Amino acid sequence: MAQTPTLAEESGSTPFSSSQSITLRIARYNPQHDSVKSFMEFQIPYEKWTTVLEAILEVKKHFDHSVAVRYSCRQATCGSCGMIINGKPRLACFTKISELNSNVITVEPMNNFPIIRDLAVKFDRLFDTHHKIKPYLIRNDTEITTNTKEFLQSPEELEQYIQFSNCIKCGLCNSACPTMATDSSFVGPQALAQAYRYVADSRDKGKDNRLKIIDDSHGIWRCHFAGSCSQVCPKGVDPAMGIQLLRGYMLGFRS
Amino acid sequence: MANQDENKEGIGGMINPRRYGIERVAYLLMRLSGLGLLAYFIGHIYETSSILKGQIGWNEFLAITQTNAGHAILAIVIAMCVFHTVNGIRVMLGHGGVGVGKPARPDYPYIPASQNIRHKMGIYSAIILAAIAMMYGLAVMFGE
Amino acid sequence: MRESIIMKIHYGTALAAIALVAVHILMRLTQGFAESLEYDSVIANYKFLPYAGMLEIILILLSIHGFNGLRVILLELKQGQRYEKAVSYGCVAAMITLIAYGSRTIIMVNTGMT
Repeated sequence: MAQTPTLAEESGSTPFSSSQSITLRIARYNPQHDSVKSFMEFQIPYEKWTTVLEAILEVKKHFDHSVAVRYSCRQATCGSCGMIINGKPRLACFTKISELNSNVITVEPMNNFPIIRDLAVKFDRLFDTHHKIKPYLIRNDTEITTNTKEFLQSPEELEQYIQFSNCIKCGLCNSACPTMATDSSFVGPQALAQAYRYVADSRDKGKDNRLKIIDDSHGIWRCHFAGSCSQVCPKGVDPAMGIQLLRGYMLGFRS
Repeated sequence: MANQDENKEGIGGMINPRRYGIERVAYLLMRLSGLGLLAYFIGHIYETSSILKGQIGWNEFLAITQTNAGHAILAIVIAMCVFHTVNGIRVMLGHGGVGVGKPARPDYPYIPASQNIRHKMGIYSAIILAAIAMMYGLAVMFGE
Repeated sequence: MRESIIMKIHYGTALAAIALVAVHILMRLTQGFAESLEYDSVIANYKFLPYAGMLEIILILLSIHGFNGLRVILLELKQGQRYEKAVSYGCVAAMITLIAYGSRTIIMVNTGMT
């Protein structure tokens, strides 16, 4: 009987032939029946180019298939494999074991996100706050009704927001943010940076609307420019810059 | 438990200054100095009200503050005041979008423009000025 | 009140307080620290109306800035409608109490009611 290939078999990773190995500590926690998080340790051989995600998939393939991890593209594009790696939020597919300079790699689910199981976390709130700031162009007219049929934009105007459109919604910024560590109602750096992305877009006319949305007691003013969000962003979005520039509109430094 | 459900880092995560560089240290010091200064301010208002008790009352209270411990506390207050002021100006400028860099197409390895040397210098200046002010305060108080 | 207005007040009170507190501290240092704290010297300061006025302004500025800062920290620590209302009203009440208590000292000494 032909067997459907398992997830690990699909990955088709070549067995690591290196003599080097690390101890991979994986956090295990199932909110359905566990009261506390525990860790499982695995000895994993690695090459210079082996990523943390590949090491986790090696565990799934050869040791314990029940480890829950979310991943997809393996090239820092889908934003699925965010997790805490040796204490900092990082993308597992974008973090090489060799660059961590440690013989022990500890992987845990991202902070400030509810845990589904093990390393997989819920993104509902991130998507809700992202949606809340209206992540689309707001205009009264459309391309269809105007004569030009398109909204022209100069390269300089594009530069104002293109950096912020690189966001892959991986949630690392929200995991690193000190306000998010205690404030369940805070909009968060991801959504605030996206608010700036649309406010700074010359085609958009929804600035006042968005500024009103983020101007509440758990909105933009709860950012204290600690900058941890920018330090962990794997796409160079620099949410801290976007948030401060956005606040510049509210303080009258920008118009 | 809500905190466990949301997997929040909590206060420990918020105040941990070790993972994200000097910016996070400044964030913690700003909070601590703010709380410390508010506590001192309340104490100062209470302390100065002793003048209503006349010269004896004033001198009694002054004697409490003019001990070694009192001077040490005042020196810490001076340091907190200077740090909170200098770093506060830096943060305020940053909040207005001043000195946080300009948006540009990011290139690998994606060094964030907002975490630039100007702001780092601002933080180090705040710490150094606070230390100098504290030492000056100690010299004035213990020098007399 | 909108949060942006509250935070603009927060920044404004900070900037104004920096200037006035600097004058307040310089007054201690120019007179000599110990001499400036002597009873007669302090009374003379309070009785000098512009200085007493400045102390009153500092009192108001720092109370607003300090208790709003405390409100911000407390709002970030815990959430919930009742808690947040209690924090906001509590901080306003504490601010008013402190201003009233400090003003009482300034007014009574300035008018010679000691």
